Parts: sequence; C-alpha cells; structure tokens
Amino acid sequence: MLLQVKSVSKHFAGLVAVNDVSFDVRQAEILSIVGPNGAGKSVLFGLISGMLRPTYGQVFLQGEEITGLKPHRVAERGIARTFQTTALFDQLRVVDNLAIGYRLRTTGGFWSTLFHGRRWKEDKDRTTAQVTETLQFIGLANKAFHFVSTLSQAEQKRLSIGVALISQPKIILLDEPTGGLIVEDTDQITDLIQKIHEQKKITVCLIEHKMRMVMGLADRIIVLNFGSVIAEGTPAEISRNPQVIEAYLGAGSNA
Amino acid sequence: MASINFLREKWFYLVLLVVALALPFLISNRYYFQIVIMGCLFSITTLSLNLILGYTGQASLAHAGFFGIGAYGVALLTKEGISFWLALPFSALCAALIGFLIGLPTLRSRGSYFAISTMCFGVIISIVAGNWIDLTGGYSGIVGVPLPNPLSIPLIGEIGFQTQVAQYYLVLFFLLLTLLVMHRLVHSLLGLSFMAIRNNEVLAGSVGINTFTGKILSFVIANFFAGLAGGIFASLMGSISPSTASLELTFNWLIYLLLGGAATLAGPIIGAFVIPVIMEYLQFLAEYRLIIFGVLLIVVIIYFPRGVMGAVNNLRQKARDFSDRKKGAMGAASG
Repeated sequence: MLLQVKSVSKHFAGLVAVNDVSFDVRQAEILSIVGPNGAGKSVLFGLISGMLRPTYGQVFLQGEEITGLKPHRVAERGIARTFQTTALFDQLRVVDNLAIGYRLRTTGGFWSTLFHGRRWKEDKDRTTAQVTETLQFIGLANKAFHFVSTLSQAEQKRLSIGVALISQPKIILLDEPTGGLIVEDTDQITDLIQKIHEQKKITVCLIEHKMRMVMGLADRIIVLNFGSVIAEGTPAEISRNPQVIEAYLGAGSNA
Repeated sequence: MASINFLREKWFYLVLLVVALALPFLISNRYYFQIVIMGCLFSITTLSLNLILGYTGQASLAHAGFFGIGAYGVALLTKEGISFWLALPFSALCAALIGFLIGLPTLRSRGSYFAISTMCFGVIISIVAGNWIDLTGGYSGIVGVPLPNPLSIPLIGEIGFQTQVAQYYLVLFFLLLTLLVMHRLVHSLLGLSFMAIRNNEVLAGSVGINTFTGKILSFVIANFFAGLAGGIFASLMGSISPSTASLELTFNWLIYLLLGGAATLAGPIIGAFVIPVIMEYLQFLAEYRLIIFGVLLIVVIIYFPRGVMGAVNNLRQKARDFSDRKKGAMGAASG
C-alpha cells in the first residue's frame, strides 16, 4: 500500500467538508477521485499534501505517518501535487519553474553557493540534466526560455505537471489536470498522464470531472459526495452503481 | 545551469569596473568625490535591501536599523582601541545575528504586516540609540570614531586611509564584494528559491521549498551587508548619531531600489548613484523635491514596476523578439 488515508475528516467552522474518508492508493495504479462540485475532493488533496491539517484522522505514506507535516516536508517524502487553478511561478521562465521543482532533491546551501563548491557544481549539473529531460517529457523543449505568462492554458497545465514530476515523487496528485481545456488538449494531457504512469512508474491520483476521460484512464475510481465516499471500484463497477448515477444525474434518471 | 545566462551582463560589469577603478583620476572635486563614496556605500545597502525585498519579496523597513547596529558596533569597538578590521566583521555579524532573532517572529507574518513589524523594530533601534546615553552618547551621538587602521600589505607597504582616494578604494572593494555575493546568490538554485517565495509562497512550499528558512536566510544575509555598510560609514564619517539608524535612510534606499530597479543587480547601484545626484541638483526646491520624487515613484511603480533596469531589460527583450521574428520570417520565405 503506497498511500493510506484513514478516517480523515475536515471541519471548517461547523461545515463538514470531508467526513470520515478512508481509502488506499496502491503502488503503480491510476486512481481517480470523482464527485460533484463541493464534494470535498480538493480539500482531500489539501489534507494529504499538508496544506490543510485534518480535524480527525491520519494519513500514511508507505506506512509512515505524514499527518500534519508541513507541505515542503510532505513534498520531500515524495508526494507531489498540482492545483485546480493552475499554479506556477508566473514571473519566471519555464526552465526556472522546473529548476525550482527540483530544488528539494538538491543539497547545496549558502556556503557552497557562495564559494561555488563541489555540491553547488553537482546540483547544477543534476538540475540541468533533469530540467532538460523533463522539458522533453512534457513537450515544452521549444518553450524552455519563455516566460510562463506567455504560455497557453494547455502549456501551463503541462508545465505544472512537469514541476510536480521533476521532484521525482512516489505519487503525484493531479487536481483537475484538464479543467477548462478543449477536447484536443484534454487528449494530450491524458496521453501525458499515461506516459507518466507507464514510463516513470509513478502512481497517479487524480481528481477529474470528465467521466469519459476517467473511464478510459483510471484503474480504480472513488466517488465522493457531500464529503463522504459513496462508491469505490473499477470504472465498469462505478458506471453501474445506482448511488453514483443518482449523485451525478439526480434520482429517477436512467442514464 | 543552461537556464541561467548572464554573459551579456558580464560586459556591462566589466565596463562598470574599469570606470570605477579609473574614477579617482577623473574626478578632482572633493565634494563630488565624497558623493561618489557615499554612492558606493549606499549601493551596498540598496543591494542588500534588494535581496530581501526585490528577490525574496519581503519588504523589510528595518534596514537602516541594521545599518545603525553596524555603525554603533564599529564606533564603540574602535574607540576602545580594537582594530577596525576586527570590529567591522564582528559588527556585521552582530547585525546578522540580531536580524536572525528579529526574523524569527516577524517573518511569520506576511506582506504589509512584515513591513510594519520591521518598521517598528527600526524605530526602536534609533530610540534606543538616542536614550541609552551611557553606551551611545544619546542624541549627540559618538564623535571621534577613528579611521580604518592602516593595512600593511607585503611588497606594497602600508596603506593608510587618510586620503579620499584610499577611502574610495576601500568602499569600492566592499561594494564589489557585495556585488559578487549577490551575483552568486541570485544566479543559483538558492536565488531561484528566493524568487519562488516572492512569486508564490504557497506554491513554493508545496513544491518542497522550506519558505521560512529561505526568508530567514535572505534576511540574515541582507542585514549582514547593511551592518557592514554601517560599520564602514561610521569609520569614514568619524561621527554617528541616532539618525544613522533612522527610518528616513531606509526610505531613501527604498526609493533608490524602486527607481533603479528591484530584482536586478545593476538597478540598486544606478539608483544609489543617480538619485542623490538629482537630489543635489534639485537643492533649490528644498522640501518640495519630495513631491517630485513622490510623483516619479507612482509613475515608475505603475509603468515600470521593475524600475529603470526593468524598462531597459524589457526593451532588450523586445529587440530580441523583433530580430527573432525577422529571422523567422526570412527563414519561412527562403524555405
């Protein structure tokens, strides 16, 4: 078991955003979390990545508890994430964004930077190699020195996945990686996620609204509604589940 | 790193260096030369303010406070007979250490709250300097601070610092040292992580950067150089008072930084040299000068948020884009 979420709840001043949610993410699978707006999916990612502290419950990565750790510590342990509203360092260039994403795998501090010591040199070489490789992988090699603000929406989404990917995570949490994209761009992102899974052997956990995409991509699906898990299973099982159909399409529907 | 390309700037620095080294032969007027010396000193303070404010995005308004700590440190120690060359690094380290202690609580606040809490600290420093009469001499300050001890260098002999030229080379040496440190920091992964904190602190944390440690480090380095400049200032001026740590100085450096260009290395130096000169020429306007600078500041912040150097860089980028497009169009036509 790679990631375990155990009876996690999050209350915001009386509002229960996530209510007693438990699930596991298995090594090398693609798990999708789906659910209507306001179901608590993004809050759940916040709880796993350390941005939010759970009111109750625990989170384990490879058996070690990571509940309540600071986001940068969680990232060091090997959980990388992207955000629903694409978050990038928009004052900087594509290469800078990727280099910052790799910073947690480098060790050079003030003194080695100041005297251009051995560590600084190693960091520099490793970072350059990683940035170059990641640029190729996400297909942005021709935009390497462009400023983020000049990229298209789809390019920004790919870069944000790249920033998560370059940190060499064990698991990558993608919050609506195709939100707001047209069909062609959605397909490209889907291909990229598959490539991450197959070539890099990185476990993927993604939040997605587009059911068609999820059905084709995910090994397993978890359905959230009003902060609770209402169904869990393979895409085929989920598509037959009456509770899911009700939550998505309303009662009495024959979809 | 492939991503960090500063070859073009290297020429810029080389020209600057040659001019700087030749300057004593170009300027004979003692008064102008004194302005140049102060320009070098305030370049150091503005460059260090630039690290915490321009690159790390934390508006520290305690900068003159740390300048003052360095100045009082050197003044008190050298008057006790301790060598300037020991007193200076010791005082700068004191400024860095106090910066660390002040940073622990204040850097947990963000944006304007950090600016306000550091401003308070800056004011406290100058009030303490004015009232701890036994130590600091109160508002009349400390007079008779000795000049830096002569340096004896093998082969060259002894260098004293009585002459303006020697004093100039002293501050120039420390300015170049500051510039070297800033250059190395800014063009490194460490510098990039400072910029990541400035740009989006939440995202920086989530991609694995310890934002608090980053801010503390940047603050401590900035305050070390503020203290260093303060120490040199005390020794060269020969007298200091609580106004050495005043908020007014911080705001002057802030104007140099913003007009010259925050988050560039040339900007703070341009600001620290050009603006005092403009100020001199506008002497006849007395206090009304500040109105002009107020308007100028508003215009710059709206239209050139990265100051003069930012505008220059924008123009260069546009020129490059234009020539790229031209090449692209020609390539398309021939292909």
